[in-house]
Amino acid sequence: MAVKVSIPTILRTHTSGEKSVEASGGTLGQVIDDLESRHAGLKARLVKEDALHRFINVYVNDEDVRFSGGLNAEVKDGDNVTILPAVAGG
Amino acid sequence: MARYDSLLDALGDTPLVRLARLSPSEDVRLWAKLEDRNPTGSIKDRPALAMLEAAERDGRLTPGATILEPTSGNTGIALAMAARLRGYRIICVMPENTSVERRQLLAAYGAEIRFSPAAGGSNQAVAVAKELAEEHPDWVMLYQYGNPANAEAHYSTTGPEILRDLPEITHFVGGLGTTGTLVGVGRYLREHRPGVQVVAAEPRYGELVYGLRNLDEGFVPELYDPEVLTGRYSVGSYDALRRTRQLLTEEGIFAGISTGAVLHAALGVAEKVAGAGESGDVAFVVADGGWKYLSTGAYSGDLTDAAQRLDTQLWA
Repeated sequence: MAVKVSIPTILRTHTSGEKSVEASGGTLGQVIDDLESRHAGLKARLVKEDALHRFINVYVNDEDVRFSGGLNAEVKDGDNVTILPAVAGG
Repeated sequence: MARYDSLLDALGDTPLVRLARLSPSEDVRLWAKLEDRNPTGSIKDRPALAMLEAAERDGRLTPGATILEPTSGNTGIALAMAARLRGYRIICVMPENTSVERRQLLAAYGAEIRFSPAAGGSNQAVAVAKELAEEHPDWVMLYQYGNPANAEAHYSTTGPEILRDLPEITHFVGGLGTTGTLVGVGRYLREHRPGVQVVAAEPRYGELVYGLRNLDEGFVPELYDPEVLTGRYSVGSYDALRRTRQLLTEEGIFAGISTGAVLHAALGVAEKVAGAGESGDVAFVVADGGWKYLSTGAYSGDLTDAAQRLDTQLWA
């Protein structure tokens, strides 16, 4: 199942500068494992101790995965996965 | 009664307005809490005054003192007004990619502005303010991102007002910045209305704003309590702007751009409820009016062009 993953500037060293890459998997965790197989080093930037890095937010179709299962969040064919560093608002 | 001893006393008790046209059905109703009806025109008057008064009570803030605050605008404007009335000097650290009206208002109230670089957004404003606070230990940084009085202001005023006016509330949707509104209102509502959904709408900017040098420069406000939230959505400039215009044309409400992002999430939630054949009352926050964003061209002309212009600006 193919999904589109958008990569923030700060992590593009792992994707040869690509802003957006394809990946597959039925959960976010599987998508990240699939990404790691082609973009080595990415997983270690995103995942710490089996959970998302504190300063990384991941959205599936604009919904924060921390409220839909985290790394176990379901991902469907055609979904958009967006990775962003956590920044301040206000 | 609508008579007050001072402008500061006129804070809060804002209207909750039903949006008949934008509501998906008779059974799923949208309600807008008009926080632009506060003394300086934004919801930030609540936390600003609460933080200032808490610091006065603690003895941290004494007559003639200098207040320091990282802000993308509204908190600074609210603090600057209160500082003027109470006789404090105020320095605001603000990202350079904010609207000209915010600067003009801060200057009009007599605040001094120190700009932080656009890249990195409010993260940089926080970092610069923390440096300044170390260099000037006599300055009082109220620090909206970690000051419990921020969330407490919403717990003790915004939340109770919403429940009083809408006891049947099923969903609350607010903007996520300092997280004070969502954590404070959310905590109050969840204690008093079990089952209520508390949904965050977070602005998604252009890449510039996420231009951190490394991930450890990332930032999660100390006030943030994910346990209070039931959902969190990221809303980009285009959707925020589209909804801001829709709120104006369909319901007559002239709101700031962050409100469009909140409305986008609120409509998503409301449509889900309607789609499931359920009923619901969805309240969301209009954080400020549109006045401070007119110069961005947000309200007229081609939507795509306007959204593109906004992408590098901090609009929430």
